[in-house]
Amino acid sequence: MRQTPQRLTVIHRAACQTLALAAATLALAGGAHAADKVKVGLLSTLSGPGAGLGVDIRDGFQLAVKHSGGKLGGLPAEVIVADDQASPDAAKQTADRLVKRDKVDFMTGIVFSNVMLAVGQPIFQSKTFYISANAGPSQYAGAQCNPYFFNVAWQNDNLHEAVGKVVTDKGFKKAAILAPNYPAGKDALAGFKRFFKGEVVQETYTALNQLDYGAELSKIRGSGADAVYIFLPGGMGINFIKQFVGAGLSKDMTLFGPGFSGDEDVIRAVGEPMLGMFNTSQWAHDMNNPANVKFVTDFQKEYGRLPSLYASQGYDAARLIDAAVRDTKGKLDDKNAVRKALQAAKFDSVRGAFKFNTNQYPIQDYHLRVITRDTQGRVTNRTLNKVFEKHADAYAKDCKMPDSL
Amino acid sequence: MNTLLLLEQALNGLQFGLMLFLLAAGLTLVFGIMDMINLAHGSLYMIGAYLVATITAASGSYWTGLGVGIAGTAVVGVLLETSLLRHFYRRDHLSQVLGTFALLLMANEAVRMVWGSQPLSLNPPDALAGPVELLPGFHYSAYRLFIIGVGLAAALGLYLLVTRTRLGMQVRAGASNRDMALAMGVPVGKLFTGVFALGAALCALAGGLLGPLLAVQVGMGESILILAFVVIVIGGIGSMRGAFLGALLVGVVDTAGRALLPPLVTWLFGAEAASGAAAALASMLIYLLMAVVLFYRPQGLFPANG
Repeated sequence: MRQTPQRLTVIHRAACQTLALAAATLALAGGAHAADKVKVGLLSTLSGPGAGLGVDIRDGFQLAVKHSGGKLGGLPAEVIVADDQASPDAAKQTADRLVKRDKVDFMTGIVFSNVMLAVGQPIFQSKTFYISANAGPSQYAGAQCNPYFFNVAWQNDNLHEAVGKVVTDKGFKKAAILAPNYPAGKDALAGFKRFFKGEVVQETYTALNQLDYGAELSKIRGSGADAVYIFLPGGMGINFIKQFVGAGLSKDMTLFGPGFSGDEDVIRAVGEPMLGMFNTSQWAHDMNNPANVKFVTDFQKEYGRLPSLYASQGYDAARLIDAAVRDTKGKLDDKNAVRKALQAAKFDSVRGAFKFNTNQYPIQDYHLRVITRDTQGRVTNRTLNKVFEKHADAYAKDCKMPDSL
Repeated sequence: MNTLLLLEQALNGLQFGLMLFLLAAGLTLVFGIMDMINLAHGSLYMIGAYLVATITAASGSYWTGLGVGIAGTAVVGVLLETSLLRHFYRRDHLSQVLGTFALLLMANEAVRMVWGSQPLSLNPPDALAGPVELLPGFHYSAYRLFIIGVGLAAALGLYLLVTRTRLGMQVRAGASNRDMALAMGVPVGKLFTGVFALGAALCALAGGLLGPLLAVQVGMGESILILAFVVIVIGGIGSMRGAFLGALLVGVVDTAGRALLPPLVTWLFGAEAASGAAAALASMLIYLLMAVVLFYRPQGLFPANG
C-alpha cells in the first residue's frame, strides 16, 4: 500500500502519542526508583572569543558518551548542549531553563569562573549536581562550598602554584609576572607567589583583552628578570607570546605559563615561536595510561586535532557522571546516594590518580610540560616531571561541608 | 627610567598608533566621504586576517598571503558595497548601525562555519621574526619596525591620493555635495565603490600585518574597532589628517600610560595602590582623552572642513 506524506505524518503522530503515553505510564509505574535515562545540561561558551575552550569541553564530553555507546552508567544519555556566550546573564537564563523545564539530572560545561559564580546558587537550590569541567573559583572551594558542586578539573590557583614551585626549583631568582586586571588574574599571581621563593622584580596588571603588549615587554626587558610568568587566557596569551618572541626576549628569559596558556589550542595559533615554553598541568596528551591513550587516539580520529586540557576535563566529567549513575543503579532521585557515588569517583581518569577532597575539589598530581617537536615533527607538549604529588587547594580548610543533604 | 627605555617606549607608541591608523583610515574614508557608519569595518579586518593566514599557510609565503589576502578582501568589499551597503547611504545613521551590526554578527558566524572556533596560526616571515640592534645595546622587534614603515608609507600614499590626484578631488567633491558632483559628471556610484574597496584593502593590510602580533580569531575585529572609533572621534570624523594624528596620539598616550603610570602611582601612593589602580587608570586613559576632546572640541582635533 502506498502512503502519502500526509498519511505518514498522521501515523507518525499517532505512534508518537502512543509512545509518549507508554513512557508516561512506565514512569508512573517506576515511581521514584531507577530513571530510564540520564539528562545532562552542558552549558558552555560556544560563541565569541572564548568559544574554542567551550567547544573542546563539549567535544571531550560527547566523545566519552560515544565511548560508552550513547549511554551514561548504562542508561541512555541525553546531552542538551547550550551556549552561555561567556555572559553571566545569558548563562543564568539558560541554566534556569535547563534545570526547570528540561529537568536535567546533572549540569556541566561552564568555562569561566565569573559565569559559574552567577549560575551556581540557582542550580544548587534546584538540587541539581553541577560537575565543573573547568571553572574552579576559590569561593566554592572555601567558605561557600556546596554539596551539589563537584570540580573535576582543578581549583583555579593550582596550576599557578605549580608554576611558582617549578620556577623556584629550576633556580630562577628574579621573576616578572603579568596578568589581566580582574579577580582571576589577581588570584593567579597570588597562587604563583604562594610557591615562588625568589624575588618578583616586576608585577604588572594589564587591561582585560589588551591587544598590544609593547610597553609591558619593554618594561620586562628593563627589569632584569630571568623568568617571565604570564596568566593570559585565550587570545591575550596568543598576542603576548607572539610579541614576546618577536621582541627577542625569549633569548634572555624563560617563559612560563599555566597549562592552558601552553595548550594545544594556543600552539595551533602560535606555532614554532612557542618552542621551549614551560607550563604546568594536571594532564598531558602523552600520559601513558590506557584510558588516556584511548581518549587521545579517538579524539584525534573523531575531530582531527589533538585534545586540549579542556577536552580532557570534559571527557572526565562525563566519565565521572557515568560512574555515579552506574553505582547508584540509575536511582538518580536518591541525592545522597548520587553524591556519595560522585565523591567516590570510581572512574579511570585520563590524568591517572584522582580523588576528591572534602570540599569536592580534586586532590591530584601536577606535571611540568615543555613545548617541543615530537617524533613526527609536530610542535606539541612533552611531559617532563611531576611538580606536586597529591596536591590539594589552599581553601579546603575554610569549607564546612555538610555530611548529608 | 633611562633614555633607551624611553626611546623604546616611543617606538612602541608610534607602532601602536600606526597600527590603529591603518584601520581608522578606512573607517574615516567611508564615514566622512559617504556619511556611512560601518560597524562591519572590523569584520573586513577579520576576513582580511583570515584570508592572509589561510593563503600564507597554503602557499608557504607570507608575502603571497598578504598580497592575495588584500586583493581578496577588496573583492569582498566591492561585493558588499554593490549588493547591500549602497542602499544604506541615504538612510539615517540608526539604520546604518543596525544593518552593519547585523553584517558583523553574520560575518563572525560565517567565519566560524568556514574556519572553526579555534584561532588560526600566522607568523611573521623568517627575515622579520627576530629583533634587530638599532643602537649598541638597543634591540627592537624587526617586525614592529616593518609595521612602522608600512604604516608611514600607507599614510603618505593616502595623503597624496586624496589631496593630489584627480581621483582624490572627485572623492572630496562627492563627499561635500553628492548631487552637485553628479551634475558635474562625477560617477559617484563607481567612485564610492572604489573608496569602499580601498577601505576594505586597508583593513586587510591591517589584518595581515597585525596577524603575526595578535590572535587571528573570531571576534578579533570588534576589540580593535572600538579603538579605531576612538581614534576618529579624537582626530575629527572624515579627516584623513585627523585619523593619522589621532591614531598617533592614542598610540603614544596609551603606551605612555602603561609605561609611566605604574611607577608614578607607586611613587605617590605606594606599591599596594599601584598594582590595581595604576593598571585601571592606564587602560582608561585614552577614553579620558576622548572625553576631554569631545568636551572642548566636539568636532575633533583636526576636523575635515576646519
